[in-house]
Amino acid sequence: MNINNEHLKELENEAIFVMREVAAQFERKVILFSGGKDSIVLVHLAKKAFWPARIPFSLLHIDTGHNFEETLEFRDNLASELGVELLVRYVQDSINKGRVTEEQGVNASRNKAQSVTLLDAIEELKIDVAIGGGRRDEEKARAKERFFSHRNEFGQWDPKNQRPELWNIFNGRKNMGEHFRVFPISNWTELDVWQYIMSESIILPSLYYTHKRKIFRRNDVFLAWAPFMKLKPTEEVFETAVRCRTIGDITCTGVTLSGAQTLEEIVSEIAATRVTERGGRYDDKRSEAAMEDRKREGYF
Amino acid sequence: MKINNNGSQKSLLRFTTAGSVDDGKSTLIGRLLYDSKSIFEDQMEHLEQSSRRLGKEETDLSLLTDGLRAEREQGITIDVAYRYFATPERKFIIADTPGHIQYTRNMVTGASTADLAVILIDARKGVLEQTIRHSFIASLLGIRHIVFCINKMDLVDFSEPVFKDIRNDLARVADKLEIEDPHYIPISAKKGDNVVEPSGNMEWYKGKTFLRFIETVEIKKSRNGVSPRFPVQTVIRPQSSEHHDYRGYAGRVAGGTFRPGDEIVVLPSMLRSSIKSINVYEKYVNEASSGDSVTITLGDQIEAGRGSLFVPPGNMPVNSHEINIMACWFNEIPLRPNGRYIVRNYSCEANCIIKSVNYKMDINTLEKDFTDSSLTMNDIAHITLTTSKPLFFDPYKENHITGSLILVDETTSETVAAGMIT
Ligand SMILES: Nc1nc2c(ncn2[C@@H]2O[C@H](COP(=O)(O)OP(=O)(O)O)[C@@H](O)[C@H]2O)c(=O)[nH]1
Repeated sequence: MNINNEHLKELENEAIFVMREVAAQFERKVILFSGGKDSIVLVHLAKKAFWPARIPFSLLHIDTGHNFEETLEFRDNLASELGVELLVRYVQDSINKGRVTEEQGVNASRNKAQSVTLLDAIEELKIDVAIGGGRRDEEKARAKERFFSHRNEFGQWDPKNQRPELWNIFNGRKNMGEHFRVFPISNWTELDVWQYIMSESIILPSLYYTHKRKIFRRNDVFLAWAPFMKLKPTEEVFETAVRCRTIGDITCTGVTLSGAQTLEEIVSEIAATRVTERGGRYDDKRSEAAMEDRKREGYF
Repeated sequence: MKINNNGSQKSLLRFTTAGSVDDGKSTLIGRLLYDSKSIFEDQMEHLEQSSRRLGKEETDLSLLTDGLRAEREQGITIDVAYRYFATPERKFIIADTPGHIQYTRNMVTGASTADLAVILIDARKGVLEQTIRHSFIASLLGIRHIVFCINKMDLVDFSEPVFKDIRNDLARVADKLEIEDPHYIPISAKKGDNVVEPSGNMEWYKGKTFLRFIETVEIKKSRNGVSPRFPVQTVIRPQSSEHHDYRGYAGRVAGGTFRPGDEIVVLPSMLRSSIKSINVYEKYVNEASSGDSVTITLGDQIEAGRGSLFVPPGNMPVNSHEINIMACWFNEIPLRPNGRYIVRNYSCEANCIIKSVNYKMDINTLEKDFTDSSLTMNDIAHITLTTSKPLFFDPYKENHITGSLILVDETTSETVAAGMIT
């Protein structure tokens, strides 16, 4: 595919504009880096926005401890290649300090606990803006999100009282203790992201391509198996060819049965798919307003 | 639906939808998403569950467009929601806005980035007060293409005379509002007539279906006029050994085209220079046009930074410390007469005082009220600002970027108003 795809070009122009507004309006700036494709695309856009200078953001990873090994390696390499500061804060530390209690049981996930670790990190590091890879097409609470999303001094989002955002004038003014979350790829869909990755030849962790992996089925979702995971008696681990459609905490990231080896194959697969990306995310299946509630509390 | 990933061009159209409660806006959007296969299986399953829980007989596609808990509970749309769908020709971004008068500010927000506005009318009711209000907002925000969808044609026996009467009424409104490019399509969002497929019930209608229309309508390449304008967002100074003296001005072209070698004037300093290079990342390009995010270097070492505007010497914007705007008030705290605010026009900031409220618009009747100078949430008025330093700007009609501004409250830091420079 060709780079001169008009709609991708416009989405890129918009995202770069937003990145530069962040650089100009804030002091202590981080990109929330999960090692997933959306955060990798953010880093790529930042590289393009500030060339030939180094990107003016640090990378912040909120580590649940439940990682795909490979993403950590990818993360470390990327940070050193860019010459930017890599900050890692651990959910395990928040648990040890009693800031949050670990969920128990088969569906236990550290996804929700991440918000506490993230907000603590924002306070500790005096971060006034955190750039995230959230997209409006992902989920209905996200469909309401602004590019520049204000957070009060408790780190909370008030979806009913958001700042109006007109044209491309982004107002990042805030009072002491407040911060902003900024979402430069708000208007991208999953397919746009993949087409962009293909057109820009962005390197991704190999987890996104087909590989053999031990998995099991829980309700309608295939989950990657890891030694610390608790299984229900009826669940059986087996090995097959899969790829990840999103990469996050291993306990709640669904995998897709797929033989796609190239970006072209992945793009075709995504274009034909009939299930949303988050349909494979166990954390969203909990309730109608699961995402809205987590976001109010300070989630990504 | 086939997605073209074979490298052919695919453009992007942003549109906004407005209609009063129950005109069928959600049904229309639901149908577009459904027929373009943009509703996924798990979302559909979810909709079916929610519909059942709410005691509905059929799956209610309108639930798809309500995002927040309060909206689902109260059955209303509070804030703008963005939706995405694509056909082989185009990618679409819908800013779905609430139509009620108490959410005028959200309509204004949704309309500010739109290339096209869709306004729904119930065929049984014809042109109502809110139709005029929605049309006014679309014209105020300078949206060129407006599509009036006369909906629920199935309830008026798909009658051509009914459609024609409403179309004639609408044409008068469009005329009065100087809407450049109005269109009229008879549809039934519920049954699907003229939405994606042509209607067998309305053979008298020879125009395009709604989808075909938005797929083919020409998107004006430069939304921002022909005068070259480049607002600087930030200065890039690598200070590395390789790029020791590099000083690049990062920004997004807000009008016209710039090329290496072009003579420019840097505002506000009025210093002249020429463009040495234009970069998109590592690539040196021959030109940058409206909408492009680029980095420009100049032939001279001169003072420029965030808030500077590059323009050609023969094509200067207006320079004044008195600015007239059509303002939409956004905040719960009303405008303070003679109050001080921060004004943001592209990347340029200044302090300002409200000098006068000249008249207020009754947006239902389009009457001007010269006696009332109070401005509360959702009000639209013509006001005059005095700024602490002269600003460089264009009329909104000529340029949506250099011609728009926001007012920010110094104490709360909130955006309290949006203004279109007249
Ligand atoms: N008969 C008929 N009913 C319609 C049509 N479009 C919408 N409706 C119905 O009108 C009601 C309001 O529609 P809805 O889409 O929720 O309106 P909204 O408030 O504008 O989003 C619902 O009961 C729809 O089924 C149409 O074209 N014909």
